[in-house]
Amino acid sequence: MKKNLALVWRRIPQRYRLIGSLCESCNEKFFPKRHFCPKCRRKGKIKDFQFSGKGSVYSYTKVSVAPEGYESMAPYYLAIVKLDEGPLLLAQIVDCEDDEIHIGAKVRKAFRIMNKDGKEGVINYGFKFIIDN
Amino acid sequence: MRRVAVIGIGITKFGEHWEKGFRDLVIEAGKNALEDANVQGEEIDALFVGAMSPGLMVGQEHAAALVADYIGLNPIPATRVEGACASGGLAFRNAYMAVASGMHDIVVAGGAEKMTDLDTAQISTVLGGAGDEEWELFQGATFPAIYALMAKRHMHEYHTREEDMALVSVKNHKHASMNDYAQFQKEITVEEVLESKTVSSPLKLLDCSPITDGAAVVVLAELEKAKKYTDTLIEVIGSGQASGQIALHDRQSITQIDATRVAAEKALKQAKVTHKDIDLVEVHDCFTIAEILALEDLGFFKKGEAVKAIRENQTYYDGSLPVNTSGGLKGCGHPVGATGIKQIVEVAIQLRNQAGKRQVKNAEIGMTHNVGGSGATAVVHILKRIK
Ligand SMILES: [Zn+2]
Repeated sequence: MKKNLALVWRRIPQRYRLIGSLCESCNEKFFPKRHFCPKCRRKGKIKDFQFSGKGSVYSYTKVSVAPEGYESMAPYYLAIVKLDEGPLLLAQIVDCEDDEIHIGAKVRKAFRIMNKDGKEGVINYGFKFIIDN
Repeated sequence: MRRVAVIGIGITKFGEHWEKGFRDLVIEAGKNALEDANVQGEEIDALFVGAMSPGLMVGQEHAAALVADYIGLNPIPATRVEGACASGGLAFRNAYMAVASGMHDIVVAGGAEKMTDLDTAQISTVLGGAGDEEWELFQGATFPAIYALMAKRHMHEYHTREEDMALVSVKNHKHASMNDYAQFQKEITVEEVLESKTVSSPLKLLDCSPITDGAAVVVLAELEKAKKYTDTLIEVIGSGQASGQIALHDRQSITQIDATRVAAEKALKQAKVTHKDIDLVEVHDCFTIAEILALEDLGFFKKGEAVKAIRENQTYYDGSLPVNTSGGLKGCGHPVGATGIKQIVEVAIQLRNQAGKRQVKNAEIGMTHNVGGSGATAVVHILKRIK
């Protein structure tokens, strides 16, 4: 289904540069951004936080049956990455051989094409991760 | 709060119904439930319908009004309830609360989904919407991929094996083969599960619940009033619901569903029963790993210990803790919005001693467990046969 441009555009700072949030009250970091700290709630002090883009594989799967718009990439690795600063996020692991990926493997952020919105639609970019040797 | 009982149940066969649309399915289940309860349309006070996405699946929103219209219940209030795969369970809980509160005396709760009009990639996208669109789907996640990530981590932390997950599928297909309304009527083997096509490793096709059309409807009544309609009263003695993070990666642990744990604690506390009192449980096995997680998070086993019971066949209909005698989502089928109501129907059939070959001996108390998405919604009910 074709998406409105703004729907993707409004997440660009987070997706291109991995900007999340830090709660200055409890020092908890979040990715994606949060407007409320789930721990401190109204007492939380949220500000932007730049993640380094380095982390390790916490869990992973090889997706063979892909959703609409991702079929041409299948099969691909999808992982929960534990960022060095703490939070977990979901990302594809690319340019990686089957024997390179395992729980604990070091990875770092890369900037990649995420999907194409049909033949005439826009190309969306975002982050994927690569093995960090 | 007033006491509430289930007085009527109705269900369609689950499967691929090329000839039937969304409304045909609900009409069939609704008619069966009203006949089973022996109530007249004018005695019914309200209707709740659980459906995840008829809008995206068949282009029909406003589903509750449609159902009220077509099962002849106008002008009573009709409300659609949505909580992804837990929509049916939430519809049931809302109906229960409406009667318990004293607002209404007789309420109908239904659930339905018409899924086979879409192709696999389309339905995969719609179901993916139960997760986080911006931070899971955009990254290329599917619903099986999210549960595969839970499975992989569970295997890492607790040494769960692919064979253990396969045993869940084999058991649920066995149960389904004894259930006329189930989608699958054939038994399968561990080898067949392990050799089936990989969907999202380590999950294979036979680890995944299928795409299904179907509907289920139940009728609830205030307990004293219920006695007018039936001798076998199935009382709702506990109801719990909880929410958790929408995205898997935002959870403290990805090998447990906290919403399930909280919903179960609430339902058990209200029912004043313990795990030992539960004679059977219908859990939300959208994937085989989900049944393992459910048995742990509901509190029947410690983390990592459910597989031991599974390996010892304790979860069969004749075992010490019968799980998913309907065949579960895996064997009976998973018409998303209908599943939560189907679980109530199956427990009622068991408590009424009408389950035939898959009957659990002396079943008196049953539990249902319905999950939305990867665990952002969970709803648990406990039902008891009273004389
Ligand atoms: Zn905080």
